[in-house]
Amino acid sequence: MMFRMELDPMHQFVIQDWIKWHPGGIDLSFTNAAFYMFFGVALIIGFFLIATSKASVVPNRIQSVGEMGYEFIANMIRDTIGEEGFKFFPLVFSLFMFVFTANMLGMIPFFYTTTSQVIVTASLALLVFFTVIIFGIMKNGLKFFKLFAPSGVPWPLLILLVPLEIISFFVRPVTLSLRLFGNILAGHIVLKLFVGFGVAMLSTMGIAATIFWMPLVMAIALTALEFLVAFLQAYIFAILTCIYLNDAFHPSH
Amino acid sequence: MEEGLKYVGAGLATLAMFGAALGVGNIFSSYLDAAMRNPSAAPQQQGNLFLGFALVEALGIFGFLIALILLFVV
Repeated sequence: MMFRMELDPMHQFVIQDWIKWHPGGIDLSFTNAAFYMFFGVALIIGFFLIATSKASVVPNRIQSVGEMGYEFIANMIRDTIGEEGFKFFPLVFSLFMFVFTANMLGMIPFFYTTTSQVIVTASLALLVFFTVIIFGIMKNGLKFFKLFAPSGVPWPLLILLVPLEIISFFVRPVTLSLRLFGNILAGHIVLKLFVGFGVAMLSTMGIAATIFWMPLVMAIALTALEFLVAFLQAYIFAILTCIYLNDAFHPSH
Repeated sequence: MEEGLKYVGAGLATLAMFGAALGVGNIFSSYLDAAMRNPSAAPQQQGNLFLGFALVEALGIFGFLIALILLFVV
């Protein structure tokens, strides 16, 4: 089922029900996407359990990798929000680790890429969006809405600026989710297309079959690029989360 | 007729790549320009570099999504 070769580039995104389960007409089947999400989370938990189990002042190899991950997110929060932003360290760290692991698991052949489903990225983006709104109103009260009216702007400009600020605020979850989804989806389609070109050229048995390796070389280069994109998109997701949270901490810019 | 125009629309949506390419190229060229002048200040701006890259690239991705919606949803 999983290992059947398909030339259709969209076939890799099909969700298969592994265990069918419909309690009360609601589809709660255990799918391949669900499996790889659980697998990714289990990998993260397992890695950090091992990394922190024998913690010492002079870290061993796996502990220093874990510390690098911690420092990476800690610096990101320190640079964008400041020390008070450490309240949200667990959120940003889990988001980064989840997206990064899901992207990286997707790069393994025959593995399912959970971040190529818009529902997964949209849930993550909406989580960030509502966290910013709820925390911003809890912390600043009505002052949170100063976010839409930048200070030091003459009032005639505000008529133009406030609607723009409101639109740009509410379009955030859309762009945040679609960026991750689109990048991963497009990358995987392009990879599959180039490999498909190679196979199709070889199967013509004509003059095209002699240069079938050209798209395959391209596919190898694109695989390297996709590894970069997998990290970069996780990084961008995390840093944009920090920047949006910064609005909740300091709404008047 | 309508079926064929769908593919024309999807093809036109790829023009989003044009704008995204201009934007991404501009960001990296300006970054390198500035980094060559003051290499010691370059690492601190790497976050901004990738942020700008992501914001511009997202607009190209929207074009790709429109193509996908035209092909598979409409």
